[in-house]
Amino acid sequence: MGKVMEKVRGKMMWQDQMRGIYHITIKDMKTYYLKPPAISWGMVFPLAWTLAFYLRNPGDFAELVPGLLAMTIIFSTTAAEAVVINFELRLGTLERLLLAPLSMTAVLLGKVLGGFLFGLMMTAIVAAGAVIYLGLKPDFVGLALTSLISLMVFSSMGALFSVAVREVFEAQTLLNLPRFLMVFLCGVVYPVSALPEGLQLLSRLLPLTYTVQGLKASFLSIDGTVFIWDLLILLLFLILFLLPANSLLQRRFS
Amino acid sequence: MSQKNAAIIADKLTKRYGDLLAVDCISFHVDEGEIFGFLGPNGSGKTSTIRMLVGLTQPSGGRASVLGCHLPGDIYLARRYVGVVPDISNLYDELSARENLLFMARLYGVPRSQQNSRVDRLLQDFGLYERKEDHFATFSRGMKRALTIAAALVHEPRLLFLDEPTTGLDAAAARSLRSLISGLREKGLTVFLTTHYLAEADMLCDRIAILVRGRIVSIDTPEGLKRLVQEQSLIEFSFRGDVSGRIGALQSFLGELQASLLDSSRIRIYGGDPPRIFDAVFQFSRESGIGVESASTIRPSLEDAFLQITGLSPQVMAADKGSGKGRGVGR
Repeated sequence: MGKVMEKVRGKMMWQDQMRGIYHITIKDMKTYYLKPPAISWGMVFPLAWTLAFYLRNPGDFAELVPGLLAMTIIFSTTAAEAVVINFELRLGTLERLLLAPLSMTAVLLGKVLGGFLFGLMMTAIVAAGAVIYLGLKPDFVGLALTSLISLMVFSSMGALFSVAVREVFEAQTLLNLPRFLMVFLCGVVYPVSALPEGLQLLSRLLPLTYTVQGLKASFLSIDGTVFIWDLLILLLFLILFLLPANSLLQRRFS
Repeated sequence: MSQKNAAIIADKLTKRYGDLLAVDCISFHVDEGEIFGFLGPNGSGKTSTIRMLVGLTQPSGGRASVLGCHLPGDIYLARRYVGVVPDISNLYDELSARENLLFMARLYGVPRSQQNSRVDRLLQDFGLYERKEDHFATFSRGMKRALTIAAALVHEPRLLFLDEPTTGLDAAAARSLRSLISGLREKGLTVFLTTHYLAEADMLCDRIAILVRGRIVSIDTPEGLKRLVQEQSLIEFSFRGDVSGRIGALQSFLGELQASLLDSSRIRIYGGDPPRIFDAVFQFSRESGIGVESASTIRPSLEDAFLQITGLSPQVMAADKGSGKGRGVGR
């Protein structure tokens, strides 16, 4: 009897967590993401950036598509994600979420999934535009897997920056460093192989390198083994961002 | 003490923040259906106690259970039946009153078929129905408090924690909220209320625990607490000038009796033999040259009991009321 009760209780708690994650995600989409600042950072910025490169070299626009998608992924996920948790910590609204029957990890996941979902929408629009307008024929499974994992990775990175700092503006300011570093070093606009050896090594330590590689593999049908390694490394980055974010959030309340 | 139907049991609950002992080994119980007041000045450990009881922070020592759920292990289960109103109104500015309550209802798993009716009923009960589509950011402070309380009730909890519910509100809004809180008792809800408004505690609470520097110094009904000082005489003197700088001189005439300064020209003296008190005060008046304007005997209030029990000066409580802000449940 005790074991049955324990099972029922465990199931209830599991349902509570799932429901909480879902509703936090939906609420965040409405409250933060589907707003002009997030949309402009998530979409307008990568498009403007790509347009600048296109005007310089109009002939190779199709080659810029993986980089454009990678930029859309990083900017759309981190645009609001980097501030929402910090913002809610300061307003006390995050505490309200923690007063519900939810674990801190569930609250964090709800927040991360908000950035993920918004990024997914932006990325899907850009990818659909690229496929329809340019007539590209990517490997859709590879494209989906790379995009989905990368969206989680960069949304988690935004969450980590958001919980690591005290002030809302600090998160965006600090995040600009890795974001722009990655845009230049990870093969978004220049191939990694064209970089000096030291910078090539640095690029291997940055997650966007694997996103770009994965996306290029999907669009250019490169060897599947390399592609799987990219996904595995991205999963490792996901863990590297999520675990400290969770631990820092726990520490805020300890 | 009977703990048969206890909504909360705290046993030697302790909380340390580094070197600071915020809550010092407190034990108490709250019966189901009662409004239990937790009274104390700022920094006395009220909010830390709530934080431990709702699982926002881990106790450094001791044990607690809420609605039969042992903490911290069963905290998620307990939270299904617990509502919390922090001392700040922490709903979403960007959402309307209705959207805020619906979000809370969904978060707590209120069945979809009941969500709309429950939210609308709460909006009506709290006088906010006409403003249901307005954003939280546009509300007055009193309306924000009311909606924050409504949000804590949307999942129909059995136990409600109210942290300084009327702090910072104007008199009319505070009165209206007190009447709402009083109504919760009739619905059978257990309420754990922290406040430093003594009149509020007197008006609402069935029992009161007085907390000073992290320790419970007394638990009783408001009447019981007042009885502690009722047998003592309590005389208030008004002077024609400022006596605040001469309280030491006055104390020397009073001997072991305690004089409390109410403001620059008013003092209150507890206990002792009235003729002796009058003699001492008039002697002080003659020697200091500050005339006595009036003297009256006072029926002790909960505030007098509180001041006697805690040894705090009325100025400390006044400063607390003026500050109107604790640490927040979550920070």
